[in-house]
Amino acid sequence: MAKKIDVVFSDFTPGSALKKIYDMSPKEVIDLVTQSRLRGRGGAGFPTGLKWQLAAETGIRPKYFVCNADEGEPGTFKDKMILEKQAAKVIEGMLIGAYAIDASRGFIYLRGEYKYLLSSLLAKINELRRQNLLGDDICQRKGFCFDLEVRLGAGAYVCGEESALLSSLEGRRGEARNKPPYPAEKGYMGYPTVVNNVETLSFVPHIILNGPRWFHNYGTEKSAGSKLFSVSGDCKKPGIYEFEFGIKIKDLLKEVEAGEDTKAVQIGGASGFCASKDDFNENICFEGIPTGGSIIIFNESRDMFHVLKNFVEFFQQESCGQCTPCREGCSRMLEGLLKFESGKGSSKTIDDLLDLSETMSLASKCGFGQSVPNSFRTIVSKFKDEIIAR
Amino acid sequence: MIEIVRDRVNELTDKYDNKRENLLCILEELGQEYGFLDETIVNEVARAFNISQTEVFSVASFYHFLNTKPIGKYVIRLCRTITCDLAGKDKILSALESELDIKMGETTHDKKYTLDYANCMGMCDKGSAMMVNDDIYDQLTPSRAVEIIKSYK
Repeated sequence: MAKKIDVVFSDFTPGSALKKIYDMSPKEVIDLVTQSRLRGRGGAGFPTGLKWQLAAETGIRPKYFVCNADEGEPGTFKDKMILEKQAAKVIEGMLIGAYAIDASRGFIYLRGEYKYLLSSLLAKINELRRQNLLGDDICQRKGFCFDLEVRLGAGAYVCGEESALLSSLEGRRGEARNKPPYPAEKGYMGYPTVVNNVETLSFVPHIILNGPRWFHNYGTEKSAGSKLFSVSGDCKKPGIYEFEFGIKIKDLLKEVEAGEDTKAVQIGGASGFCASKDDFNENICFEGIPTGGSIIIFNESRDMFHVLKNFVEFFQQESCGQCTPCREGCSRMLEGLLKFESGKGSSKTIDDLLDLSETMSLASKCGFGQSVPNSFRTIVSKFKDEIIAR
Repeated sequence: MIEIVRDRVNELTDKYDNKRENLLCILEELGQEYGFLDETIVNEVARAFNISQTEVFSVASFYHFLNTKPIGKYVIRLCRTITCDLAGKDKILSALESELDIKMGETTHDKKYTLDYANCMGMCDKGSAMMVNDDIYDQLTPSRAVEIIKSYK
């Protein structure tokens, strides 16, 4: 059975984790986060401790610490609620990271759609400044200074990709950069920068307070800890849930009261994977079906061609246009799909689009274009009849 | 007009300073105040930052929430992502189009409303959703959507 967990939204006293790290060296903090096996919860799953270590090892100053609050994956709404209810916890996660890598300035990059959260977030930041939990000599620790600004995005999905986010923070078009160099070496304004997702940061204070072994109580070997899921679509109880990594799709469906007529679950949003009934025994985790948290449920009444077309339209609109495989690929993929609507699509069209998918995943510059084919391939392979019958 | 824009741009570059990295925040503020970024604004910003107009325009045109063409006082952005779509987005769209007597993407003659789409705004468990300028509304029905836009005077 699925175990419901309550870490992210649990009570937290601002400053409590910070006081604990003052007895530790930055290296010990990084080692502890590394031992916890915490991985980025925005979707890509990069080990957080390693990211911090890379930024800590470079001697270049200044360094920056950025919270990625550009939650834009279709079907994801968990970071919004974390920022509403636990902003202090997220900021403490940033402080711990800043202490570990020796950064003194940071940003929260908040998507423009969440502008309505801005005033409460700024109020929280000011409150923390008054409590000496931001600013100079934080919590009476001489020499530990960190302050942050909130920067607003302006409606560009691709800015959730960390290097595109940094371009946007620099006042440029939100275009992804070639990696390497990674942001940890060369990030904001060319200086070492760590970019962590809101949810990832919300786990950090708990890991400091409870230790890495506590974190291993949940999850799997490769996907330690718990994870927030944003559940929407055809079920009785949509909303935000925290479960262990490794939860089976069927157990999650039971918890959210999805009906017996569930035919597909899109895991990881438009850039994620489509699971059909045959997959409901699979585990949701980095080594199974990965997700940044988006779970969209479809019942028998839904047309998977319509779902796929919606995703491809989304990609076609949001591609930053910088690299050819993604810019052209998204447009050609949509063009190919539309053939089915006008009765001109055939199995050859699908084969051609699968070839195109291969090119896009291999040749696109950033995670955006590389992951466009995920939903295409899985929906087409599992619901081929619904596509071809158009 | 140019003088007013110039003064405002100067005020903003005083507030943020004219370092290149502050370009987007300044464009966001100007977009908020003027609705859309016309040639005068783009030119004045370029002058203040000492960069080319093309560079300013390239940033301004990249972001969905910055407009380089005239828009209405209130921009209605209807979420078109799959969960809102399944929750009845098309019915909301029909109701809004009839009420405003415009099609998706158009602006009313009195320049009061622009109807546009947006991608996921994080209201997926409470779809359908739309934004009117910075305000988000969820659990829309056609009649509720119409009531909401009518409340914007």
